[in-house]
Amino acid sequence: MRYHTPSTFEDAAQLAAGAQGLTRFLAGGTDVLVQMRAGSVLPDDLIDIKKIPGVSDITKTDDGGWRIGVAVPGHKLGADAALRADWPGVVEGMELVGSTQIQGRATLAGNLCNGSPAADGVPGLVAAGATVEITGPDGTRTAKVEDVPTGPFKTSLAQGEVISAILLPPRGPNGGDAYLRFIPRTEMDIAVVGCAVSLTLDGDTISDARVALGAVAPVIALAPDAAKAIVGTTLDDAALDALARAASAACKPIDDKRGTVEFRTEVAGVLAKRAAKIAYARAKGA
Amino acid sequence: MAKDEFKEYRLVGTRPDRPDGLDKVTGRARYGADMSAPGMLWAAVVRSPHAHAKILKIDASKAEALDGVKAVVTRADFPTGLTGEEWNLQENTMAGEKALYDGHAVAAVAATSKLLAEEAARLIEVEYEVLPHVIDVDDAIKPDAPVIREGAANASVPEGMPPNVVQYLDFGRGDIEAGFAEADLVSEKTYKTEATHQGYIEPHACLGQLGEDGKGEMWVCTQGQWFIRKMCSDVLGLDTAQLRVTPSEIGGGFGGKTTIFMEPLSLALSRKAGGKPVKLVMSRSEVLRATGPTASASMDVKIGMKKDGTITAARAEFRMQGGAFPGSPVDMALYCCFAPYKLENVQHIGYDVLANRPKCAAYRAPGSPMGAFAVESLLDEMCRELGVDPMEMRLKNAVVEGDTASYGPKYGSIGLVETLEATKAHPNLKAELGPNQGRGMASGYWFNHNGETSVSLAISEDGTAQVSIGTPDIGGSRASIALMTAETLGIPYEDVRVNVVETGALGVNEPTHGSRATFASGKAAVIAAGQAIKEMCKRAANEWGIDPEAVEWADGAAQPAGPNAGKFPPMTIAEIAGKMGSTGGPISGHHESVPEGVGASFGCHVVDVEVDPETGHVKILRYLVVQDAGRAIHPSYVEGQYQGGAAQGIGWALNEAYIYDENGKLQNSVFLDYRVPVASDLPMIDTVIVEVPNPGHPYGVRGVGETGITPPLPAIANAIQAATGARLHDLPMSPPKVLAAIKAMG
Amino acid sequence: MSKMHVTTTVNGDTVEFLADPRETLLDSLRDQLGLTGTKEGCGTGDCGACSVRLDGTLVCSCLVLGVEADGKRIDTIEGMSEDGALHPLQRKFIEHAALQCGFCTPGILIAAKALLEENSNPTEEEVRYWLAGNLCRCTGYDKIIRAVMDAAAELRQEAA
Repeated sequence: MRYHTPSTFEDAAQLAAGAQGLTRFLAGGTDVLVQMRAGSVLPDDLIDIKKIPGVSDITKTDDGGWRIGVAVPGHKLGADAALRADWPGVVEGMELVGSTQIQGRATLAGNLCNGSPAADGVPGLVAAGATVEITGPDGTRTAKVEDVPTGPFKTSLAQGEVISAILLPPRGPNGGDAYLRFIPRTEMDIAVVGCAVSLTLDGDTISDARVALGAVAPVIALAPDAAKAIVGTTLDDAALDALARAASAACKPIDDKRGTVEFRTEVAGVLAKRAAKIAYARAKGA
Repeated sequence: MAKDEFKEYRLVGTRPDRPDGLDKVTGRARYGADMSAPGMLWAAVVRSPHAHAKILKIDASKAEALDGVKAVVTRADFPTGLTGEEWNLQENTMAGEKALYDGHAVAAVAATSKLLAEEAARLIEVEYEVLPHVIDVDDAIKPDAPVIREGAANASVPEGMPPNVVQYLDFGRGDIEAGFAEADLVSEKTYKTEATHQGYIEPHACLGQLGEDGKGEMWVCTQGQWFIRKMCSDVLGLDTAQLRVTPSEIGGGFGGKTTIFMEPLSLALSRKAGGKPVKLVMSRSEVLRATGPTASASMDVKIGMKKDGTITAARAEFRMQGGAFPGSPVDMALYCCFAPYKLENVQHIGYDVLANRPKCAAYRAPGSPMGAFAVESLLDEMCRELGVDPMEMRLKNAVVEGDTASYGPKYGSIGLVETLEATKAHPNLKAELGPNQGRGMASGYWFNHNGETSVSLAISEDGTAQVSIGTPDIGGSRASIALMTAETLGIPYEDVRVNVVETGALGVNEPTHGSRATFASGKAAVIAAGQAIKEMCKRAANEWGIDPEAVEWADGAAQPAGPNAGKFPPMTIAEIAGKMGSTGGPISGHHESVPEGVGASFGCHVVDVEVDPETGHVKILRYLVVQDAGRAIHPSYVEGQYQGGAAQGIGWALNEAYIYDENGKLQNSVFLDYRVPVASDLPMIDTVIVEVPNPGHPYGVRGVGETGITPPLPAIANAIQAATGARLHDLPMSPPKVLAAIKAMG
Repeated sequence: MSKMHVTTTVNGDTVEFLADPRETLLDSLRDQLGLTGTKEGCGTGDCGACSVRLDGTLVCSCLVLGVEADGKRIDTIEGMSEDGALHPLQRKFIEHAALQCGFCTPGILIAAKALLEENSNPTEEEVRYWLAGNLCRCTGYDKIIRAVMDAAAELRQEAA
């Protein structure tokens, strides 16, 4: 295996585009190194992108949004009070990934590129309407976060393409988001179900909402019917019940070692309700 | 109640720093994988990806062609003609004609680096013919189940039993039907428990060396160096005395390190590589796939109870699979399951069944937790139905000294009633419970064990003492043995050094298992200290010119015994030791035996849970362990055993389980999905040490390691019903199952 | 596989070694530098036995490559006591009997020290969640949590 430390994303993309065998990008390494250890992924070229200037920065953009470097580890994301104030659901999703030790290394970009349907960092991004900047051998493009994963552990990134930044839109006034997941223990598990809700209020009424579900389908995806169920409501009990039903209806889960179809479907609705209440309270400034 | 309050001993019952503490907080303590040797090679193992498959061909040519690969071994490198458990151990170490479970070793390679060995292992090509497999015990016992191995059944199995039954038990007493007829309520239910792993954090590791002359050495993390020596010798056809085995510090065992898994492979590779030392360290995935989990169980229990809670009859029929080899602890599960109860009419039926899973190993009170889950759950269900208080039911039926145990022997001094009374008095039982919260209790039992024991003690030139023991220290036994030795010799705790020694230094010792180390090695050390004291009294008597009988030992010195012995100032151990070279030579003590006087230990646990009714998530709010220690030599480490056992039981109850896919492949072979409790899953674990001294031990020790894993399984099931009304009969009581049970109530 | 030259600072000392780029920092520490106090319990970042500090950040050394350590500062259990004086956490672990087999202890001590540097007065719940990535199979965590809380109290008293 060859280990590379390019100093620009363009170089990283060129290296990857020109590589003959199996290539992996290395940021936090919390997935890649596990796969290497298990022998399931044995890269010929490993491209460490942490030496690229700016990859560890979190910056507020001119439009009031955020640009998050691809090597920003979870603990650094969590320590950014201004980002947390804008997008608490995004931050708390990432903070649920693994242990304190994992938080020292794992990144949002890596969580996304791993392509797991259960990634805790991703539903919050999808609900937030986040995009990614992708650098390839032929230049850069942007894509919606929900368009990156295409199936379990598969992405739409072409050979040579690397995510060079995560972009969050401006939060705007009267907004709130939240992410909840269900795990059997209290820590250290992969989500059995995950749900992020982002909403905007007009007075007490929800004027806009996005609901994203994790671990209940081959990819993390928006649940538009779930969002519709609460838009125009004050999140009263009827709206919450409709939200839960719509979230459950959006599930296409599998039975596996972590949960059953019935359980995931049921709990998706429960989490949607609970996350919506938190997001609503946050939007109200709680 | 706690030992701290006993005043008759100077040291026993105090809480000094453990002798290995400093090494363990500084990273200096050396475990299995921490040893290296000059010229050392690294090994890696090729394992079957199939649950059951014929091995057609093994081609190692690509691996052997790599620069730096020094040896490859397969079953062809092992002697033939073994029988019985020796064959089982050899077959489990390295598959012969068939791979019997996912993860079964089929080849091993040694190379000059770890990465190279792993690469070479990936290049070894094995051709398999996949065979039908069976995983679940209830499937494995069916007459038409895939046959794991012909001829594995022992003489206990009657003609006509299904092919995978390899042991059959049927024992009891009284008139079981008459007993049920006397009852006001007879209940019969089926319970299932899943296999769990001991989950020690240190993976198996060894450094082995074996020359062409048949002489070898091994450094290994083990609970028993003599077991390793004997088993490796058997599997490789070596003379046992030619192999010297040194135990490393051990990173947890819980029964799982009482046997061999891959140790002979390092020796076989070493021999083939010209005697170079070979280091073999398992990955976590290898540990979970190919080392001893415990058995899974399917259990029918039938109990008759009167309205006042009196048990009139009990019957247990247990089916257990312990992997592809005989040896599930179905026998011990049956012995323990009714042990806390006075029973005149009782029947036990057991089946040991083969399945395509790894060979089970002992796990903390082997068998007892499964049996307790079934029996203590059913008793709780019956108490609910009859409106009987479960504590009063337990007290009413509790066994006492002189009673005949459900499984046959007569109980000596036991502390079950004292344990139940101490539980009843604990403030946790009065804590208020909120919505979705419930309380459950259960009892548990373990026999405790003696086993072959050999200990040597020697007085040093300055009057300090060294004790050589053969039982590796897992939970603080060096501290407890140093305390008892120092107490006996009348010297400071710090003046005793207890060493866990290699096989060349003592006679055969059984491993640290059966909660025996502090009981057996401790008892032997006390006897050995007594011999040294006798010798020191003799030396003093000689110097004083009086009869040795006229000298007594007190406060670490020889003293004239009464005025008739003459007036001499006490002669201290340091004075006697300082001149031992000129007064008769070294002063030592030595004891070897299978010590008599084992004292059984009962425990009672009470747990409060809160269940999320929308997700089925169970939170442990409060946990209480009450157990009879006999006497707590070092109370902190007794509490540690209680707390550790409870935590393991909580894991088993809630989330731990072996999960297989339809091909018989283990799905959760990493800690991510093999879910042992993490720090945030648990509350503080309250303990009460009950002390009903064991008359069979000089300081009253019973053994404390194992009973504590037994009650959590049923106690939590009982608490979940109290919180939700839903009764779980299958482990683990994971959120999907709990939620489904809640929903099923409507 | 050509090896790469790595220069790094371990427990304050500059060290150099040659690392296969596939080699984890854990293996570099243990097999190249002889620092075997850092343990492997899982190799997948799930048990925390291999915890070290990398430029001050708490990480699992099994999930860092040896070559990534180049130019960085690494702190391991071997550097925790200074000039022969145990860190209060180390002392409290012995006093509270917060270890049995001791295999998880180095990782837990490293993680707990990182916690107390960030939060000098953690609640029991905060200690439990911070240490959730450090598995202990022997103790049920009770005495570990008590030892960390007690060490924190002592350190606060020293600081006051």
